[in-house]
Amino acid sequence: MLALRTSAVLAAVALAIAAAPVRAQDEKKEIQKYQRMTAESSPVELWELEGADLWKAKRGPNKVSLERCDLGMGPGVLKGAYARMPRYFNDTGRVQDLESRLVTCMTTLQGFTEKEATKRVFGNADKPSDMEYLSAYVAGKSRGIRMQVSTKNPKEKASYEMGKAMFHYRAGPWDFSCASCHGTPNKRIRMQQLPVLSSAQGARGTYTTWPGYRVSVSQLKTMEWRINDCFRQQRFPEPTYGSDAVVALTMYMAVNANGAVYRGPGTKR
Amino acid sequence: MDEGRRVILRSAGATGALAAALAAGLLKPERVLAATWDKSAFRQKDVADALKSIGADNAVASKQVMLDVPEIAENGAVVPIEIASHVPGTKSISVVIDKNPFPLTSRFDFMEGALPYVKLNVKMGQSSNIRVIAEAGGKHYVAMREVKVTIGGCGG
Amino acid sequence: MPGPMKIRATLKGDYTDIRVLMSHPMETGQRKAQGKLVPAHFIENVTVKVNGKTVVEAQTSQAVSRNPVFAFRVKGGSKGDKVEIGWVDNKGESNKTEAAVA
Repeated sequence: MLALRTSAVLAAVALAIAAAPVRAQDEKKEIQKYQRMTAESSPVELWELEGADLWKAKRGPNKVSLERCDLGMGPGVLKGAYARMPRYFNDTGRVQDLESRLVTCMTTLQGFTEKEATKRVFGNADKPSDMEYLSAYVAGKSRGIRMQVSTKNPKEKASYEMGKAMFHYRAGPWDFSCASCHGTPNKRIRMQQLPVLSSAQGARGTYTTWPGYRVSVSQLKTMEWRINDCFRQQRFPEPTYGSDAVVALTMYMAVNANGAVYRGPGTKR
Repeated sequence: MDEGRRVILRSAGATGALAAALAAGLLKPERVLAATWDKSAFRQKDVADALKSIGADNAVASKQVMLDVPEIAENGAVVPIEIASHVPGTKSISVVIDKNPFPLTSRFDFMEGALPYVKLNVKMGQSSNIRVIAEAGGKHYVAMREVKVTIGGCGG
Repeated sequence: MPGPMKIRATLKGDYTDIRVLMSHPMETGQRKAQGKLVPAHFIENVTVKVNGKTVVEAQTSQAVSRNPVFAFRVKGGSKGDKVEIGWVDNKGESNKTEAAVA
């Protein structure tokens, strides 16, 4: 009798223990559902449409459109260009990300000065920036294409290695590195799971959501903004827009994300 | 010229008799512009009053009103909801969020040809119940779900 | 000057799925910017027409998210059907766009 009761108690306890972790799993499931449903009902495509108009508009002192802009696959070739960036460009002798390359085209084709082209790169909810619209448009043209960022060119390899070193380099008043938050699994800030960006799995899942529409601020944010904001959160000095430093970090994450299918501008909290 | 009339003339491109009526102050902008907007219902601050204002104070719970919404919202600015009513003859669907400053968020009227279905994104000020009310044959049917709203991680 | 708006209408067997993306601040009138209250500015009415006939009339409020996205469904439908969606806001501003069912 005693033995039976004990085993019944044990069984009940086992059931209770089994039931407990289910709640944490449910939370994760519901958050994934939130992410899926917000992505399905996202206004992000409107940024791509506006970007398309801006791309084709004759602007700047030269009154020329961006349609001859070379993003690495030849002048005006957009399909798959973003999935191959950052990359080395002969004409500038630099490894460039999408945004710095857009600045190059705005200055060389349209005649803007670098200062004019970078005057207002990060917009706000009432008025997005041209860079945000253009980034969404160009990124959208790599929808469905696998990330295939190359490190064949020595400068590309060097950029990747620098990005990797920067990612793990602790600095600033709080002695943070990117790796502090994004270098080890199972870290979170409040309810946000922090992806491990130094791993292929983490990078693939996260890098491919940028640029992305942030529902919390009703704005499309780009990768230059994301890195700028990470620097701010780490209490680092503000990085220069389109600088080798930001490009290197982007390169590191993009290469880690190779193999993932890019699904177009994302939607995120 | 008063602001309302200026708006009308700009947006409606009013000409002829319409313009004359407007100029004479005979028409109020709200009536010319659009379908009705149930101001008193939308301005109710208490959920019971909001439900009453749309005639749903005696709504019966119904499994035929489908409401799909994540139980956790990463941010209250956008909470995606998908609604479908399988109550025959559904003419309208209203969405009420109990703890919002103004609980009634929206109302959808379906005419011939439309299915009683809608997907939309709503704002939630805090964790709350969401009620979806379908009106069919003069009666009201309700489905309710609780949604927990969380604050974002990285400084929003 | 209203921002962009886009409809995507697709045949899905025995119904047509109509999705519309809108740009609108949908200001609640309770938000402060630079210490001042931003006045309420939100879409009040949305009308959905198929081949010229109104099928859905919606009354919305400041509780609908900024840059609203709605999905509707109509019975049946054929490729090429004309879908027209318009909105009017509390300031009397409006916008509309149309698309053919794909």
